[in-house]
Amino acid sequence: MSGDITHVPAIELRDVCKRFGRTEIIRGVNLSIPRGERHAIIGPNGAGKTTLFNLISGRFPISSGSITVDGRSTADLAPQEINRLGLSRSFQITSIFPRMTVFENIRCGLLWSQGYRYSFWHLLGRQKALNEAADQLLERLKLSDRRNLQAGLLSYAEQRALEIGITIAGGAEIILLDEPTAGMSHSETDSAVALIRRVSEGKTLIMVEHDMSVVFGLADRITVLVYGEVIASDQPAAIRGNAAVQEAYLGTVAA
Amino acid sequence: MNMLRRHWPWILAFVILLAIPFLFYDWSKGRHSGFVLTLMSEIGVMAIFALSYNMLMGQAGLLSFGHAVLLGMGAYCAAHVVLLVKAGTIWLPTELVPLAGGLGGLFFGFVFGWLVTKQRATAFAMITMGLGELVSAAALMFMGFFGGEGGIPVDRVMNTSLVGVSYSSPWQVYCLVLVWAFVAAVLMKLQTQTPLGSMANATRDNFERAQFVGYDPRMVRLYQFALSGFFAGIGGGLYVMIYEIVTFDTVSAAKSANALLAVYIGGAGGFFGPILGTIVVVLLQSGVSLLSNAWLLYVGILFIVMVMYAPGGLIGLLFMHMPIWRAGRMRELLLPYARAFPPALIVLLGFVFLVELTSFTTIGAAQGKKFSIGGNVIDTTAPMPWVIALAMLVLGALWLRREARGFRERWDDVMDGIKRQGAMS
Ligand SMILES: Nc1ncnc2c1ncn2[C@@H]1O[C@H](COP(=O)(O)OP(=O)(O)OP(=O)(O)O)[C@@H](O)[C@H]1O
Ligand SMILES: [Mg+2]
Repeated sequence: MSGDITHVPAIELRDVCKRFGRTEIIRGVNLSIPRGERHAIIGPNGAGKTTLFNLISGRFPISSGSITVDGRSTADLAPQEINRLGLSRSFQITSIFPRMTVFENIRCGLLWSQGYRYSFWHLLGRQKALNEAADQLLERLKLSDRRNLQAGLLSYAEQRALEIGITIAGGAEIILLDEPTAGMSHSETDSAVALIRRVSEGKTLIMVEHDMSVVFGLADRITVLVYGEVIASDQPAAIRGNAAVQEAYLGTVAA
Repeated sequence: MNMLRRHWPWILAFVILLAIPFLFYDWSKGRHSGFVLTLMSEIGVMAIFALSYNMLMGQAGLLSFGHAVLLGMGAYCAAHVVLLVKAGTIWLPTELVPLAGGLGGLFFGFVFGWLVTKQRATAFAMITMGLGELVSAAALMFMGFFGGEGGIPVDRVMNTSLVGVSYSSPWQVYCLVLVWAFVAAVLMKLQTQTPLGSMANATRDNFERAQFVGYDPRMVRLYQFALSGFFAGIGGGLYVMIYEIVTFDTVSAAKSANALLAVYIGGAGGFFGPILGTIVVVLLQSGVSLLSNAWLLYVGILFIVMVMYAPGGLIGLLFMHMPIWRAGRMRELLLPYARAFPPALIVLLGFVFLVELTSFTTIGAAQGKKFSIGGNVIDTTAPMPWVIALAMLVLGALWLRREARGFRERWDDVMDGIKRQGAMS
């Protein structure tokens, strides 16, 4: 353990492997993401990007290797415990609370981080700071006029926005977004990107994204994952010029 | 003043419930109707029980088949506390006996909850059912605590009242039930608006997502279960005050089923659904059971009909009318309702007639009872009554179907109109 605390990477993966049965989906991934970096993970369909998120966020246990969040091994931690370390993730397949209102969805994302835990003695209606924070976020998500609607009744794009909202509500220091703009129109994508840029200011952001303009516009560094292996991890300009990446991924997109 | 303005429905409900027994007051003898008071006290207890059940089912999406365990354990605890007070070992105001039941329910809620909340969905349902059987069996085995088949009889007149009431009359007990029912209902309503209550909804909707906002769904379920036990236990404490005995039926599967029936019939979606359901179930149980051997069958049919045609329960049916009411267009539904009423009544009567004929030829005959309507004895072996009953059922059903179609058209028209209006404004 050398160096002062600021040099501990936000996330570090060492020789991480994941097998489902006999098929190996993640094959020895090494990745170190320093604090404050905006990092994009790209790769073809089925490369294992979502699986990687599932491993980092504790949804699945890893088969071998190690993952640390802020220098702490997450091997024996449940998803909620990893979340409490300050890591929050979104889902590629929208995962919200469909029978609760949009406002309540956002508030659920705030509760733990604001220290309410399992309280049954605070009346939510009276928690001014909490409700204001939730309303402010709704405003930024442009969902204010949907505030009291059941979340399950939102349009697809609105549900995607809510998905991001629940993820960032708690103010986590490390944010993992899995294809946040998938299925959004151009203007929706633009405002989502602006929002992501703003909330990830000074934080660590890792996002999986297929939209290359979003990736190259936002990321400080890009990791390319193909068949469960990292084939490149570098600055955007270098990735653009990387022949292997061109062949494996960018080429197919350009074609 | 502000309080009065905001909470007038609660206050009004309280006053009405306090007044209802006086409708049955026997002024010549200067006495309340014991039957009505016991019936209403039973409704009070079962309403608390059903609301506490809905803390699991409606709020947390947990289907329990053993909820009576919490009611019963609360009742046993309260009974033992009453015995201790009577023996002079401890002192407790009579008014707080239900609280003792509540604390017992809370304790066992934690203990049992620890076992059952590791699971959710079907596994949870199965484990709660097993737990219910286990406690029922234990109630007959451990004489000391449960008193075996005889149960634990107590004398509710403890002379420790804070307000100088003896609780020797059903009216006094009813007042105690009413106050506690309101306290419990208000607390349960408030609990839905707390972080725990909200996260219970969240784990119901999507337990996995709840983990990724920092909550352990298992702990949410556990605390919710324990609190639900607290309120069920209050019901148990009141049960002791009403009946002055606790037996193993308080923990039985049949009692658990009662909560489930009340919640399904009333509706799990709205807070007040279980109360409506309780009123219906208890009236069928205590009222109709005096008139008919087949009351349980009616409860069952009602349950099936509700689950099939109105999964939102009675409260769901009421809520469906809310937009129409708000748009001030209820009047347009009056005629279709009035037209559907006669055939619906005929179907209902035909059905009841048929069931009663059957029940009188089987159970009734064995009990030596005669089937009579308005003093006329009906020969259940003759074909005529059967033909009439069947004809009412079939013809009524055909007629009802026609009216139902007209009703639906009218309904859709009104709803469309409201939607179009909403879109324009
Ligand atoms: N729980 C699981 N059990 C078995 N196989 C799985 C599981 N989850 C993912 N896989 C497999 O792992 C591979 C990688 O899936 P993953 O979802 O991580 O890809 P991805 O890179 O996110 O792709 P996409 O761009 O389509 O989202 C796929 O072949 C998938 O079928
Ligand atoms: Mg994916």
